Amino acid sequence: MSRTAPGFAQPAAHRIRGPAALALCIALLPLAFANNYYYEVAVLVGLNAITCVGLNLLVGYAGQISLGHAGFFGLGAYGSAILTARYGWPPLGALVAVTPGVAALAYLIGRPILRLKGHYLAMATLGMGVIISIVIATEDRWTGGPDGMSVPPLSVFGFTLQGERAWYWVVGGCLLLAVWLALNLIESPVGRALRALHGSEVGAEVAGIDSARAKLMVFVVSAVYASAAGSLAAHYSGFITPSKVTFFHSIELVTMVVFGGMASVFGAVAGAAVLTMLPQFLTLFKEYETVVFGAVMMGTMIFMPRGLVPSLATLFADRGPSKVPP
Amino acid sequence: MRFRLLATAAAQLAACAGIFTACGGALAQEPIRVGAFLSVTGGAAFLGDPEQKTLELYAERVNAAGGVLGRKLQLTVYDSAGDAEKARTFAKRLIEQDKVDVLVGGSTTGETMAVVPLAEQAGVPFVSLAGAVVIIEPVKKWVFKTPHTDRMACEKIFVDMQARKLSKVALISGAGGFDKSMRGECLKVAPKYRIEVLADETYGAADTDMTAQLTKIKGTAGVQAVLNAGFGQGPAIVTRNYKQIGLALPLYQSHGVASKEFIKLAGDAAEGVRLPAAALLVADVLPDSDAQKKVVVDYKRAYEGRYKSEVSTFGGHAYDGLMLALEAVKKAGGTDKAKVRDALEGIKGYVGTGGVVNMSAQDHMGLDLTAFRMLEVRKGDWTLVK
Amino acid sequence: MTAQFAQYLVTGLTVGAVYALVALGFSIIYNASQVINFAQGEFVMVGGMCSVWLVDQGVPLPAAVVLAVAAAALLGLALEKFAVEPARGAPVVTLVIITIGASILLRGLATLVWDKKIHALKPFSGEAPLQVGGAVVLPQSLWVLGVTLAVVLLLSWFFGRTLLGKALLATSHNRLAAQLVGISVRNVMLLSFSLSAALGAVAGILVAPITFTSWDVGVMLGLKGFAAAILGGLGSGAGAVLGGMVLGIAESMSAGYVSSAYKDAIAFVILLAVLVFAPDGLLGRRVAERV
Repeated sequence: MSRTAPGFAQPAAHRIRGPAALALCIALLPLAFANNYYYEVAVLVGLNAITCVGLNLLVGYAGQISLGHAGFFGLGAYGSAILTARYGWPPLGALVAVTPGVAALAYLIGRPILRLKGHYLAMATLGMGVIISIVIATEDRWTGGPDGMSVPPLSVFGFTLQGERAWYWVVGGCLLLAVWLALNLIESPVGRALRALHGSEVGAEVAGIDSARAKLMVFVVSAVYASAAGSLAAHYSGFITPSKVTFFHSIELVTMVVFGGMASVFGAVAGAAVLTMLPQFLTLFKEYETVVFGAVMMGTMIFMPRGLVPSLATLFADRGPSKVPP
Repeated sequence: MRFRLLATAAAQLAACAGIFTACGGALAQEPIRVGAFLSVTGGAAFLGDPEQKTLELYAERVNAAGGVLGRKLQLTVYDSAGDAEKARTFAKRLIEQDKVDVLVGGSTTGETMAVVPLAEQAGVPFVSLAGAVVIIEPVKKWVFKTPHTDRMACEKIFVDMQARKLSKVALISGAGGFDKSMRGECLKVAPKYRIEVLADETYGAADTDMTAQLTKIKGTAGVQAVLNAGFGQGPAIVTRNYKQIGLALPLYQSHGVASKEFIKLAGDAAEGVRLPAAALLVADVLPDSDAQKKVVVDYKRAYEGRYKSEVSTFGGHAYDGLMLALEAVKKAGGTDKAKVRDALEGIKGYVGTGGVVNMSAQDHMGLDLTAFRMLEVRKGDWTLVK
Repeated sequence: MTAQFAQYLVTGLTVGAVYALVALGFSIIYNASQVINFAQGEFVMVGGMCSVWLVDQGVPLPAAVVLAVAAAALLGLALEKFAVEPARGAPVVTLVIITIGASILLRGLATLVWDKKIHALKPFSGEAPLQVGGAVVLPQSLWVLGVTLAVVLLLSWFFGRTLLGKALLATSHNRLAAQLVGISVRNVMLLSFSLSAALGAVAGILVAPITFTSWDVGVMLGLKGFAAAILGGLGSGAGAVLGGMVLGIAESMSAGYVSSAYKDAIAFVILLAVLVFAPDGLLGRRVAERV
């Protein structure tokens, strides 16, 4: 869809320019941070952005809706939490063990349900997410139930990562890596296959693309993104509850992706940033907070139906309004 | 001439500093900053809503009466919507950005526990408004709480059951944090009171019909009484379904349903239901000799007068939280965090809506079983069980 | 044993009927616009809260019901007019996000206009339970089942026999062709949104005496209604009803015989299993993908 977006003419340059700009942003942002609270919000933005960049591969590029990614996020978070807190695993070891575990699970779940189309797939993923969240909330022997559980801090080779500032740089680095990998994936043959899928699945099949395999792969990749972000989030906050595993959070994640702009890696980052920070600004509306939040969401989607980044990019690209179908 | 005027002013200022409280209001003093994060929206809004209203009402009243130590109260409330992560972010904002002197809040146990590490690390006194025992057990240096624990509720109920010679019990609880925590505590302390739990059913947080679970309990042989651990709409539905399927055994509810709304929702089915609750619910029928009479009647009048809706014990917890914090500030003579913490720990004989609080280094709640009253619903109102 | 089974069945049917009404709302809007309206649950809430509020103001129950349904229908109209219509041509997923925004907005408004408390509506005809085959049946349950049946019959007459209903159906089959034969797609959209909002409100009013109502009651009912619509087959009226009933009965049977903690999970496992074998739901029509 973004054939008109600037930079697409030279994919290689695009692949470097984007991450470089993001790196610069991450490096310079702390200059504007007055205290640790800013770092806290920035870390949350980063963690959500990682999940969204992964989810966007699935939603934006492959055109497959998932309303269950909070489930993968939760599996990563609770997997890390349980292995480190209950079984004394080293955090990095837990992360390395949990992520492939979630990938395998996503593969097993994805195989049957990715045959479903559109809203049916959305419902199936939603159901999967709900099941995961019920299990997490019910099996309190391991998960602490709805009241949550404590998670040890992330320590690597005896060095313990603590404080928002240290975490800022780690999450920033992870986000860069996530973005870079996503951009590479998009420009790879798999990525092209995915975009073909988004256009027309039958068309893609006729052109010789194994659509089932491509979809499954990107589903697993997006689950890995969410799981890794979940693991990091668990160690960062030191305490997790099932509230981030519910279908509300799944919907929130999809909203971030669509809000920022589908099929745009930086759109996903922007969506995560705006929607994570918005509630912090909206506190000044007091009891009107929810109403304003809903109104902002609706307004943005009505006036920028393709999301923040693509709509603004079109606006600034000075090529007049381009009506490119998704 | 001008010089002399300046000198008198300086002298007056010095005098002022001396008798601090007398003309403190005239000085541009730093306010006492109280930060709160509450579930004002979300699934636990019925906790956060009265809590927020109470804090705002009393911040106003305290300020109208000249503040504390001559310093005004500055209250900042954020809505954590029942989400532990939001609670943590807002707590960080309160500590780092708003530079609060004391934290009051955490409507749910999850929100509280997510903030505990922050309060401990930053060294900010934190008075939680959530129920579970884990908040104060083991004791955390900077963390206190005002509501009775779920374990106390179980004990109070079991004591009452013993008195009525009921020993075989069916448990039905919700899937929420409060429900699960209380269920666990009840199972833990049941043997101590020689109570046997014959059935243990649960229902979902947003369930709308518990007939199936209750039918199962009805079919369990030997059950003499039923205990429902839960709050929100669940217990009201349980109570209605209970009556509808013709269960006639004594029904006990938890302290989580402690507001008039429960009786209104459950209707006639609520007749005869017993529950442990704070004296606040029976403010009007308390004997004048009761130590809490004045406090609970005053709070009830103030709250209901302002908001035209019935008090709940949840708002009462917020009242106690704020008053304990201010009491500690008063005793500490300022807002030095370590001193306020020590003062909080040293509070003895404070009479609140939840009971008489006697804090100690081992007990950061300071309530015992006498803080609970056993109530029974009769003719659509709470009555004290003698 | 059979008494228990009968009880679970009655419970399941009552809950299922409500899911069915919500699911019908989802299907009607889906047919007109291909959109899953995530604010459907909020219509349920508005129906319940509005009627409770009106009754509290002294309005007699029948009038309160009519007014509440009308209010919800107007709200549905407004949602289409001011949020969906201006975004015409946007990707379906964008429209879905708009309805999510609307649901957040409506919940927020409900806490402002009304409150955050839980409310009960008086049962329409008393609370004395009836005994049927060993099971306890509430008069209100009969109301729920009866009204659902009436609504279903009314809808099938509307879609099968009236010109307007046929126009709605035609649009769902082929938008362009419908337009070509002179059907105003805009009016069809408006009608669909207000019709499903009204249906949601009816569901919300019917259950308010049994399950209470509050500002956030729509979240769970919306989710279950969506599940029921998918289970039965999106866009199929009979499917929505069947899906709702299956879901309701599955839930109450799981709570009774397996585990009450996992009853929702079991219901979703059943849903997933059905979808694996019938990717278009139980009664859904297989749509050939246009290339």
